[in-house]
Amino acid sequence: MIDIQSLDVVFGHGRKVFHAVRDVSLHVEQGQSYGLVGESGSGKTTVLRALAGLLGRVARVSGEMQVAQELLQGQSRSQQFRRRVQMVFQDPFGSLHPRHTVDTILSEPARVHRLDRIEQRVVHALEEVGLDASFRFRYPHQISGGQRQRVSIARALITDPEIILLDEPTSALDVSVQAEVLNLLMRLKREHGLTYILVSHNLAVIAHMCESLSVMQNGAVVETMSVQQLRDHSPAMPYTSQLMIASLGYDRAAIDAFEEFG
Amino acid sequence: MTRAPEAPLLSVEDLHVTYDTPTGLVRAVRGVSFELGREKLGIVGESGSGKSQTGRAILGLTAPGGQVSARRLDFEGTDLLTANHRTMRRIRGAGISMIMQDPKYSLNPVMTVGAQIEEAFRIHSKASKQEARLRTLEMLRTVKIREPERVYKAYPHEVSGGMGQRIMIAMMMIPEPDIIIADEPTSALDVTVQLQVLAVLDDMISERGMGLIFISHDLNLIASFCDRILIMYGGKVMEECTAADLGQAKHPYTRGLLNCLPSLEGGHDELPVLQRDPSWLTSPGVPE
Amino acid sequence: MLAEITLRNWLLAEIPQSKSQARCQRVYISWLAFRRNPVAVIGLLIIASLVAVAALAPWITASDGLELHLSERLQAPGSEHWFGTDELGRDIFDRIIWGSRITLYIVALVSIIVVPIGLLVGTVAGYIGGWVDTVLMRLTDIFLAFPRLILAMALVAALGPGLENAVLAIALTTWSPFARIARAEALTIRNSEFILAAQVQGVSTAGILLRHVTPLCLSSVIVRLTLDMAGIILTAAGLGFLGLGAQPPTPEWGAMISLGRQYLIDQWWVPTVPGIAILVVSLGFNLLGDGLRDVFDPKSGG
Repeated sequence: MIDIQSLDVVFGHGRKVFHAVRDVSLHVEQGQSYGLVGESGSGKTTVLRALAGLLGRVARVSGEMQVAQELLQGQSRSQQFRRRVQMVFQDPFGSLHPRHTVDTILSEPARVHRLDRIEQRVVHALEEVGLDASFRFRYPHQISGGQRQRVSIARALITDPEIILLDEPTSALDVSVQAEVLNLLMRLKREHGLTYILVSHNLAVIAHMCESLSVMQNGAVVETMSVQQLRDHSPAMPYTSQLMIASLGYDRAAIDAFEEFG
Repeated sequence: MTRAPEAPLLSVEDLHVTYDTPTGLVRAVRGVSFELGREKLGIVGESGSGKSQTGRAILGLTAPGGQVSARRLDFEGTDLLTANHRTMRRIRGAGISMIMQDPKYSLNPVMTVGAQIEEAFRIHSKASKQEARLRTLEMLRTVKIREPERVYKAYPHEVSGGMGQRIMIAMMMIPEPDIIIADEPTSALDVTVQLQVLAVLDDMISERGMGLIFISHDLNLIASFCDRILIMYGGKVMEECTAADLGQAKHPYTRGLLNCLPSLEGGHDELPVLQRDPSWLTSPGVPE
Repeated sequence: MLAEITLRNWLLAEIPQSKSQARCQRVYISWLAFRRNPVAVIGLLIIASLVAVAALAPWITASDGLELHLSERLQAPGSEHWFGTDELGRDIFDRIIWGSRITLYIVALVSIIVVPIGLLVGTVAGYIGGWVDTVLMRLTDIFLAFPRLILAMALVAALGPGLENAVLAIALTTWSPFARIARAEALTIRNSEFILAAQVQGVSTAGILLRHVTPLCLSSVIVRLTLDMAGIILTAAGLGFLGLGAQPPTPEWGAMISLGRQYLIDQWWVPTVPGIAILVVSLGFNLLGDGLRDVFDPKSGG
């Protein structure tokens, strides 16, 4: 379904050149949940944005990307791609326009793609994410973080997509709200037969949601493995082991053994 | 090293913080009570639980418009509620100190690292410039900064997040306080860096016999780092227990929080969702 | 009474039922915040009075302020002529009232020209960046560099005196700061996640500029406009004073000061009253602008 070969993303010029992504390749099957895990600066979000075609003005992107047999050219994307591939962002407040009502936010994708029965789609999308119609004319600052993230997810569902790219969708949410949103995402995936790429710094979330994952560090893929391998505590690379140990909590003795990587 | 049982460093009884807003009264903290000895106490809660407000109220740093009241707010014999300006200034830094979340915002961007730490030192001691500089470099070494001379001359934006937090720790520790209140000190950091920073904090606290109040939303982290835990919700303490006993927690909110966390081991099943019971907000909470 | 209560309920309802209701609610809440600032309300009242006076001019004046009554020239303020008469015997009160229409005309015309141009140039430059930004900003700089009154004079000298030309001249020298402001906002916003979300949706650049970027630039631009208004009125008055704006016998306040200035010592009311009128209106706009700025401050969620 999704195929990325030798993706390279470079920001800046001359002395200020920054290689955000180096030779990253990954493959996602249809209906799969694929995890991209790494710490800050690992390039995981950049990979997602390169796939979504958001880096046109700011970076030089090279490599081959194919989504559902459509070969992607540079950073421009076809109407069809934009309908099939949607994205949910990390900051629930930042990803909704502060001056638009929920209704406007949800209607926009429908309008852009000239879909019919816009109002019905909006109400249906709200229902699917567990919000009732009373949310339609509220502004983002009037609803909670978890509700905003649901609106973001509803927006991603309006065009009936096949793929959803999730950039740290629950990192900014309280733990109890995170559980609800993760459950919602899993249910939607099942019901709509969606394919996910989930980016997160949280190994537990990735292990819970995904079947396969790539561990990234400093722009490169350190290791690609199945979640089962993760659970069996059999990562091959020391960086991944260290990440796993760190995600288990504070262990004074283990910390002394931490290495500095790159 | 065993210590004889002694009076607690900090006693908080029935603390209330209330804000008067155009839309009505907001009770951020409602009757929180606890004691802090030479130990690591974790206060865990979600957003709006009142955990940060509790920390700030202790230091008298509640935002204007907030009313703080308590039956007792005692630090080593001094009543913090009635303390005057001068007493509070003395206590802040040398008695109780605070580490905040993001060093980007809590370090002064136009002063070098060295200058800031020195300032923190000289406010609370009558040291000479030479002595202050030496102490600062020593402190930077204590927080495991490898090139203290270079970092001394650097500006906050030139150092990484993890280093910035260690600088914060150095700054807050240099006046040798008895208590540190750390409000989400590692939430802005990567997970491995988080643990390294906490290790530095841990070592300093045990060496100096200090008390730590660690405020966070990360239940796992607090459970593995702290000795005792307070779980807050809606401005009240829902449960108090030792870190070791967290698995046997009784309050439904605590159990709910524990259950809804995804884990590396868990499968792809639905996470049990926390059912909020409105009676948690009205019940008296943990009695003291 | 009943209508008032239901209107208030509608404006404060928890769950808005339509987009227009939601919008009205937002405006209402901003109004409540604005109302809390007494100085700002005074500003608003002054401007409202200006508008009211201009609208009701035919009914509150005795004449059209253009008739000459040479036998009554330079009469002091009194029961028959509240503000006295000028050097041609025209009632000053009436001229002030009719002049308010001209002031409003200037204000409206300048705003209509300046705001759209400033927004267009600023948002395009800020959002698209690159050489487009450079070219547009250099263009803005060129206009910004000219001293307002001098450029206005040059333009009027080229195009001929008259109120419309004066307004055009003022507009051309006023739009630059608005472009700057809009650009600054656009630069801040353009990497926001909601803009990225719009790009992911496939919204066109024009769509993003119009529906996403511009609404967020509006508050700063409006505040700046009201604060600049005083300057605009004064420039128009200055041009009128120099004989380059409204031509006699039009009762433009600046022109009134100009023609009356020689009578300042003995018949002080002739130039002073229009001067006070300009002062009051400028003050009104300033106070209103300050009040709006406080309301639109992002921290207050407006």
